[in-house]
Amino acid sequence: MPLLEIKNLTHFFGGLRAVHNFNTTIEPGEIRGLIGPNGAGKTTVFNLTTGVYKPTQGQILFDGQDITGKPPHQIGKLGISRTYQNLRLWGNLTALDNVKIAFYGRIRYGLLGAFFGLNGRYEEERRIDQEARELMALLDIEQYADMVVSGLPYGIQRKVEMARALATKPKLLLLDEPTAGMTPAEMEETMEFVLYIRDKFNLTIWLIEHKMRFVMGLCSHIQVLNFGEIIAEGPPEAIQNHPEVIRAYLGTAVT
Amino acid sequence: MGHSDAPPQARGWWQRLRAAYRDVPISAWLVGMAAAVLVEAFIGYDLAYWLGLGNLPSFFGLSLIFKRWQQLPAIIAFIVLVYVLPALVATYFVRRLAARWRGGLGLAQRLPSWAYIALNLAFVYLILHFWAQANDYRLLVLRLLGVNIILTLSLNLVNGWMGEFSVSVAGFMAVGAYVASILMVWGFADDKVFGPPVFPEAWAPFFFPIALIIAGAVTAITALAVAIPSFRTRGDYLAIITLAYLFIVKSSIENLDFLGGARGFMGQPKVAESLLIVFVWVVLAVWVMYNYVSSTLGKATSAVRDNEPAAEMMTVNTRKVKIVAFLTHAFWSGVAGGLYAHIVGYINPGSFGLVKSAEILGMLYLGGLNSVTGSILGTVLFTLLSEILRPLKLIKWMVIPVILIFVMIKRPRGLLGFQEIRLPFLERRSQADKEVAHASAGD
Repeated sequence: MPLLEIKNLTHFFGGLRAVHNFNTTIEPGEIRGLIGPNGAGKTTVFNLTTGVYKPTQGQILFDGQDITGKPPHQIGKLGISRTYQNLRLWGNLTALDNVKIAFYGRIRYGLLGAFFGLNGRYEEERRIDQEARELMALLDIEQYADMVVSGLPYGIQRKVEMARALATKPKLLLLDEPTAGMTPAEMEETMEFVLYIRDKFNLTIWLIEHKMRFVMGLCSHIQVLNFGEIIAEGPPEAIQNHPEVIRAYLGTAVT
Repeated sequence: MGHSDAPPQARGWWQRLRAAYRDVPISAWLVGMAAAVLVEAFIGYDLAYWLGLGNLPSFFGLSLIFKRWQQLPAIIAFIVLVYVLPALVATYFVRRLAARWRGGLGLAQRLPSWAYIALNLAFVYLILHFWAQANDYRLLVLRLLGVNIILTLSLNLVNGWMGEFSVSVAGFMAVGAYVASILMVWGFADDKVFGPPVFPEAWAPFFFPIALIIAGAVTAITALAVAIPSFRTRGDYLAIITLAYLFIVKSSIENLDFLGGARGFMGQPKVAESLLIVFVWVVLAVWVMYNYVSSTLGKATSAVRDNEPAAEMMTVNTRKVKIVAFLTHAFWSGVAGGLYAHIVGYINPGSFGLVKSAEILGMLYLGGLNSVTGSILGTVLFTLLSEILRPLKLIKWMVIPVILIFVMIKRPRGLLGFQEIRLPFLERRSQADKEVAHASAGD
């Protein structure tokens, strides 16, 4: 059974058709790529999948369950998590708190615990603290745990965001341009890192990226989006030489 | 090389003083303050008389600074002799004693943390109690200060942690004050509208907490009417809707004749006369709200403020988080309103106007956003400030805003914005707990 299945997804912003008839099937364990020129609707597809927008038409099935139109926090709880193209960390909080708050959906002590310290709150908080710190150690950022996140270097912030995304215990992780603003060396590192977390956490990864080396090196299957429609899909080699893709990216010669 | 390890060479009395008191624990300071209060209780009146102050300066002589400035030297002498010197001396000796007598410290360490905290709180209360005993004015100011601490902290939940802007504190207070007053008058007073007392008078102190909780709950329910429409969007809407709430509440009460309308409502039984009752409620409120904002569940409120879509994606139920924060704000403001009504013994709609809200906002932004200790500090400083400036009458309300603006320029997040003063005597002593855990694991 596929982990994620999107059928005939169409979305309008007012009169503008942002996504049209988008279909995809992602199998567990896959690393899937979504590419396309700026404004093609890639991020909109991610936003529709995670419930930020309610699709005008179409159906999204996750793990066999219809999640179309569900609010993001429920979708997050079911096992989809994401990082953002421009970092969206909680800037006034410490790195550790950024990771810990992502445990919200699994906190069991409830309001009684929060207000009165009941329901085993202190034990659960200790466990969350420990798990969050372990996760940060895995990403090599445990030394930044108690620092306010807005003061950290960009690369560290990216890792904090990744740790936060993993803290929700996702099955499917959406990465929106994970290498934006990185040097080639950092990009290589990120490639290895993506493979590492996929194996470590049994993840399925769906990523948007502009750097072709990154996409071609990681993904087994790539879809190309232009003006909200899929213009090509297939394995990396087929995409690289696809005439439609070249035309979308480079334009056509004037005749 | 060895210079850094050697004790700093004393260059002046000030440096020497600072060096001597650098690492004094707060508990020792508490003993020092207790000593100061006792000294005042014994020689305060006589000393004030000899210094030509006439009566005991009720509030550190602060209100005299502008009223009778010629007495400034006498006031300073009084403060030094009664407060500063005894506090310094007692603190110093307590510290030396504690260093010598380690067994006693060990005993304190072995107490369970709740008992340790309760002991320290009792000590704080005793200091306040003896200080307030000297005259009724101090007692009144301290009780109102307690009410304001609850109000400021509860407002901080919404304006600080949640990052929205609420101005309806006074409105919530009014609802709480009237609900609690109606309950208590109905229960224990002979009133034209509510008839003869329903319960025997002896029950009043026990019914009062229930009345306050009901008052808070009713306030929270009315706040729900504000919360539901305003949390669909972000931005300034909450400020506008809460402003509307404030005016609706105020003019409703003005037009309800059975509540006395604009003339006010009185006859509240005297159940909040003692400082202890207010102190207990303040401790309870601070404890509950501190618990909330220090839990991961409560910290999600700040995540909603910093980036709502990301919070929503990271499984935070943002709608619920916002409603919980807002209703907590309303609940405690209602409770504080009920306390206020019974401290003052008379309420009218005029005391719950926009000015009251502005005053609480002033305390909040002076003390600092996102800070429990900041809210307390802001309230205390603001109260002291308005004591000093009281003789200036109307000009006071021009001077205080100027001071606030100055604070905002120097420290835009308030004096303690986004930070807490550590209060070791009120902390769960995790270090000691850990050691105990280690020791038992080793056995």
